Amino acid sequence: MTTTHSLAAERLTLGYGDRAVVNSLDLTVPPGEITAIVGANACGKSTLLRSMSRLLKPREGRVVLDGKEVHRVPAKELARTLGLLPQSPVAPEGITVADLVGRGRHPHQRVFSRWNAEDDTAVAAALEATDTTTLADRCVDELSGGQRQRVWIAMALAQQTDILMLDEPTTFLDASHQVEVLDLLTDLNHARGTTVVMVLHDLNLAARYADHIVALAAGRLHAAGTPHEVLTKENVRAVFGLNSHIIEDPVSGRPLMLPIGRHGVRQPQDTPARPAPVPTPR
Amino acid sequence: MSTVVLSTPPPPTELVARGRARRALRRRAVIVLLAALVLVAFIVTLMCGQTYYPLDAVLRVVIGEQVPGATFTVGRLRLPRAVLAMVVGFSFGLAGVTFQTMLRNPLASPDVIGISSGASAGAAIAIVSLSLGETQVSVIAIAAALAVALLVYTLAFTDGVVGTRLVLIGIGIASMLDSVVAYVLSQAAEWDLQEAMRWLTGSLNGTTWDQTRPAVIALAVLCPVLLSHARNLSAMQLGDDTASALGVRVERTRLTVIVAAVGLIAFATAAAGPIAFVAFLSGPIAARITGPGGSLLVPAGLVGSLLVLVADFTGQYAFDTRFPVGVVTGVLGAPYLVYLIIRTNRAGGSL
Repeated sequence: MTTTHSLAAERLTLGYGDRAVVNSLDLTVPPGEITAIVGANACGKSTLLRSMSRLLKPREGRVVLDGKEVHRVPAKELARTLGLLPQSPVAPEGITVADLVGRGRHPHQRVFSRWNAEDDTAVAAALEATDTTTLADRCVDELSGGQRQRVWIAMALAQQTDILMLDEPTTFLDASHQVEVLDLLTDLNHARGTTVVMVLHDLNLAARYADHIVALAAGRLHAAGTPHEVLTKENVRAVFGLNSHIIEDPVSGRPLMLPIGRHGVRQPQDTPARPAPVPTPR
Repeated sequence: MSTVVLSTPPPPTELVARGRARRALRRRAVIVLLAALVLVAFIVTLMCGQTYYPLDAVLRVVIGEQVPGATFTVGRLRLPRAVLAMVVGFSFGLAGVTFQTMLRNPLASPDVIGISSGASAGAAIAIVSLSLGETQVSVIAIAAALAVALLVYTLAFTDGVVGTRLVLIGIGIASMLDSVVAYVLSQAAEWDLQEAMRWLTGSLNGTTWDQTRPAVIALAVLCPVLLSHARNLSAMQLGDDTASALGVRVERTRLTVIVAAVGLIAFATAAAGPIAFVAFLSGPIAARITGPGGSLLVPAGLVGSLLVLVADFTGQYAFDTRFPVGVVTGVLGAPYLVYLIIRTNRAGGSL
C-alpha cells in the first residue's frame, strides 16, 4: 500500500433539508499524512467527513478522489480505497469481535463468493495491529469502551483502505485510551502510509498527533496548515470564541493551547496582557 | 521420559481462519439439521392422519403414480396442504428475519407491524366482499401490504427511522386493519367459521393446488433476491453510515429488500392467511440455534417451515377439535412477545 491518493473538496456546499451546514469549502487532504479537522460544535466537521466519504451528496461542488468525483465511483470500488468509521456505529447483539472485524471485508467480497484466505489474513492483521487478537472470540457487548473502539478501528482496517476517515474516534474514552487510539492511528500511518483524516474535539491532541490541521468555523474553512500555523491565539478566538494562551508543549514541541475562561485564572500581575472579554458565541 | 511440549499459540491468521471455520461449520450443520427436520415433518404429515399410508405409497403418489385411496387423500388433500405449509412457513420466516435484521429490532417483524394484517385485509376484501379470482386476490393483497409498509414507514420517518417508533405505529395500524378484517367477515354472513379463521389467524384447512401455486412461485422468485442481499443486510446491521462506508448502497438495498419481503408476506398471506407470529418467532429462534455472526435468512426460513408444518399437524390431530394452524402458532408466539417486551424493559430500553 504505497500508492498515494489525492483527495480534495472543491467548492463544497452541504446541508440537510433547508439548512446549509458547509459553505463553498475548498480543502486538499495531504496524502500519507494525518489530518485533524477541528472546530466548534455544529460547525460542519462531521458533515464534511460524511460528504467526503460519499455518505452525503453535495448541494454544490464536488469531492474528488484521484481525479474522479466520489459520488460517481461505484460504491464498493470507493470502499476499497476510502474507509470511514462513523461516530456511533452499531454492534449487532451477540456478535463476536472476529465476526465484526470480518464485516470490514464486505467491499472485497462478491455477492455469493466464499470467504477466502486473503480475508482471513486481513482480519488477522487488523486484529494484530489493534492488539485485539486475544479478544477475537469475545462478544463485542462485553468489552470496555476502549477495547470496543479498537475493535471498530480493526474493522475499518480490515477494509484495507489507503485512506481512513474517523469521526471523533476518541469520544467517550478516558485519557489513556484516547492516547492509545491516536498512537494506533499514528502507527498505521507510519507503517503503511495510510492517509488518516479525523474529526477531533481536543485541540491539544490534534496538535500533537496531526501533521495537518483544518479548522472550520461556521461551515467555512478558517485555517489549514501545520499545527504551528493553525493553533494560534487569533484562530482559537475566531473558531471557538475562546480566549487562550498558546505555549510550546514541553512533551512534543508542538503548540499547546491553554484556555482562558472567566474563572480559574491567576490575577493579572503575571498573566501576559489579559485579553479583552469576547462576547460568548451565539 | 515424556517431554512437555510447550504449545505456542498458533499464528493469528490461522486462529482467525479456525474460528471462522468453526462458526461456518456450526451454521452449516444447523441448516442441514433444520432441512432434515422439515423433510421429516413433511413426510410425516403426508403419511399420518385419519388414515395411515406407508412411506412407499406416499412416495408413489408424489411421483405421480395411481394408488387406490392414497391418490385422493395424499395427492389431493395432504400434499397441497403440506407444500403450502412448507412454503408459507419459509416465506414468513424469511421475510420476518429480513425486517428484524434491517430495522435492528426483533419486534419489527411484518406480523407485528401490520404488514401481514394489510395483506390479510386486502385478501379478505378481495375474496369475501368482491368475490375475485386468485390472481386478483394476490395482486390486491400485495398492493395492500405494500401500502401499509409505506404508510408505517412514512409515519415513523422523522430524521431517519427509529425502530421503536416504527414498531408502535405498526402495532396501531395492525389493530386497525384487524378490525377491517373482522368487519368484512361480519358483513358476509354466509362465510363459515373455517374461512373466517383463515383471515383472522391463518389456516391451511381445505388447501388446494390453486391456492398453493402463487405462493410457491413468489418464493421461487423472491427468495433468491433476498439471499443475494444477505451480505448487504449484515453490513446494514452496523448502522446506515457504516454500511455505506463499506460500499453498500443503503437506500437501494432497503427498497429492494422491503419490496421483496413484503411480496413474500403478501403472497403467503393471500394463500394461508396471516399465520400468527411465524414471521416474528422464526428469526429469534434461528438466531438462538445458529449463533451470532452468519446470515440468518435461510435458517429462519427453515424454522418457519418447521413451525408451520408441526403446528398445523398438531392443530389437526392433537386435540378433539381441529384447530387452524394460526391458533397453535399464536399460543406459541404470544408468550414470546411478552418475554421480549419484559426483557427489553429490563435492559433499560424504552420498549
